[in-house]
Amino acid sequence: MTIRVFVARDSCAISVGAQSVSDAIVKEAAQRRTPVELVRTGSRGLLWLEPLVEVQTADGRVAYGPVRPQDLSGLFASDFLHGGRHPLGHGLTERIPYLAKQERRTFARVGLVDPLSLEDYRGHGGYEGLHRALDLEPAAAVQTLIDSGLRGRGGAAFPTGIKWKTVLDQASLPKYVVCNADEGDSGTFSDRMIMEGDPFVLIEGMSIAGVTVGATRGYIYVRSEYPAAEATLARAIEIARAAAYLGEDVLGTGRQFDLEVRRGAGAYICGEETSLLESLEGKRGMVRFRPPLPAVQGLFGRPTIVNNVITFASVPTIFADGAQAYRDFGMGRSRGTLPFQLAGNIRHGGLVEKAFGLTLRELLYDFGGGAASGRPIRAVQVGGPLGAYLPEAQFDTPLDYEAFAAIGAMIGHGGIVAFDDRADLAQMARYAMEFCAIESCGKCTPCRIGSTRGVEVIDRIIARQNPQANVDLLRDLCDTMIAGSLCALGGMAPFPVLSVLNHFPEDFGLARLPELKSE
Amino acid sequence: MLWEAKNDMAQDNVVATAVALHSHRPGGLLPLLHEIQDRLGYVPRESVPQIATAMHLSIAEVHGVVSFYHHFRQAPPGRHVLRVCLAEACRSMGSPQLLAHAREVLGVGLHETTKDGALTLEPVYCLGNCACSPAVMVDTDLVGRVDAQRLDAIVEQCRGTA
Repeated sequence: MTIRVFVARDSCAISVGAQSVSDAIVKEAAQRRTPVELVRTGSRGLLWLEPLVEVQTADGRVAYGPVRPQDLSGLFASDFLHGGRHPLGHGLTERIPYLAKQERRTFARVGLVDPLSLEDYRGHGGYEGLHRALDLEPAAAVQTLIDSGLRGRGGAAFPTGIKWKTVLDQASLPKYVVCNADEGDSGTFSDRMIMEGDPFVLIEGMSIAGVTVGATRGYIYVRSEYPAAEATLARAIEIARAAAYLGEDVLGTGRQFDLEVRRGAGAYICGEETSLLESLEGKRGMVRFRPPLPAVQGLFGRPTIVNNVITFASVPTIFADGAQAYRDFGMGRSRGTLPFQLAGNIRHGGLVEKAFGLTLRELLYDFGGGAASGRPIRAVQVGGPLGAYLPEAQFDTPLDYEAFAAIGAMIGHGGIVAFDDRADLAQMARYAMEFCAIESCGKCTPCRIGSTRGVEVIDRIIARQNPQANVDLLRDLCDTMIAGSLCALGGMAPFPVLSVLNHFPEDFGLARLPELKSE
Repeated sequence: MLWEAKNDMAQDNVVATAVALHSHRPGGLLPLLHEIQDRLGYVPRESVPQIATAMHLSIAEVHGVVSFYHHFRQAPPGRHVLRVCLAEACRSMGSPQLLAHAREVLGVGLHETTKDGALTLEPVYCLGNCACSPAVMVDTDLVGRVDAQRLDAIVEQCRGTA
């Protein structure tokens, strides 16, 4: 029997050599006259082990990694095709603790299936959700989503069902479904992994949205930094359309819904939903005032659902398994699971899908294994460039939207970037303001001017010029930006800055504030 | 190299094709500009009036869009574009030092092209490869776990290829 071997086609895996490993497997197998069937999948998300090679055995898939092309002759010699022992071996993939301890629902298929095989997708539960949704009255479908407790995974955590209900209740036609795939937060890559590793789940989630609220057209706005995701999605849409999952008559139900991929152009601000809509309309990505909400007047002035990739990708499982099954995961008002992303200076970087409620420390150490450098983790930025830098004293905070908000932090899109004790956080605070200045759309003054002034004031503090007066000025400026900015870019860029002032003042050459010592 | 070496006539053809393909699409300006840049490497200033006419926009509006987005270039780049990620995750793994090395090896600053025309150096803010930091992108190829040695190899390869 031909043995099946799996290597990821995910761009992260390719970026560290998966293509040459895949080529080497084919070559070595041919030389040894050993027939193998090479399957290219998404990544398992154990990214420190990429390029990861898996072999199908009677007991399950056995993992080897990180594999280099020159390791192949040794692996063949160790009979890895039958799960033979080798220094790069990790045993059964599913039993690797990093994976075994996860609760994969949204990412259930990623790494297992060929991303562009509709048979694989359906064979692993795909499109059950759409079939269920098509049988439901729109109001009941929206209620299912409300009952699941799903909140927007892009970062704002707005209840998804409420958003869909608002669009459903609008009389204006046509309606649109827009997927925000402008994953610009540093430390995040879960959207990319879904788009490259299981594109049909996103297409299915958007289709459910479309048939539920009566939208006939959807757009996926993918950032230009993700060419592989864009190509995979475009192909997946063609395949879905050919199988009547998309088009003028979805699965013979008489309902119409079709999708198109649109490429962004390197503007972080277009991850903000109104700016994204402007960009989709072919304009500068300038933030809109609201109201009106996009659900009422969105794309081309029509009612529009705008959700993040992970939000849409979480929808099919909710419809397939029921709202309660999803709701059973999580804590407080944070229901279900979140695919966390461990990044930066971390030993075991990768994707960890878990129910809300575990602590940052568990993620950093039980999963992440501490800093990649082997030094202590000194600070962690959660939730992207607008998220606070957290000191070790806050590592026991449970990952829950409300618990994070209570300490002036945010979970955002679930990106977690670790820094070791060599990090200069004053420079990171400066970078937060610099990034805001580079990426500001320019519409509102606090963000446009404030960010540039912020860099200047921070430079003066770092240069020890009248530090106390400049710190007061910086705090005042942060207040203005938080209170006066039109959107989250200017409104939240001060959070990383303030967190460094509060928790790591020594990096600015300042004394620690006494009341913060006890935290 | 990603794009076609162009004379003026061929350039006009690219713009005309892009206009024909995209000007009728709702919100078609970004796809149109991408089409041009994908093929020419940049959006020539002299194409802006033609695009504006086709899209029923003013020249200022089209220029405003081209200049708003970091991705769109208004001048031709080198044969290859090397983008070094400067966002937080890559910073935590030393991307500022990697950038300093790149600048030294290439003898250029950000947004500049080497004298031999081989490479344009650009910053990028996240490539979605944050668990394999630091990351760079060469044209459309993502590269992870980049150190000075690996960067040298990339530069060498770019200099040796069209």
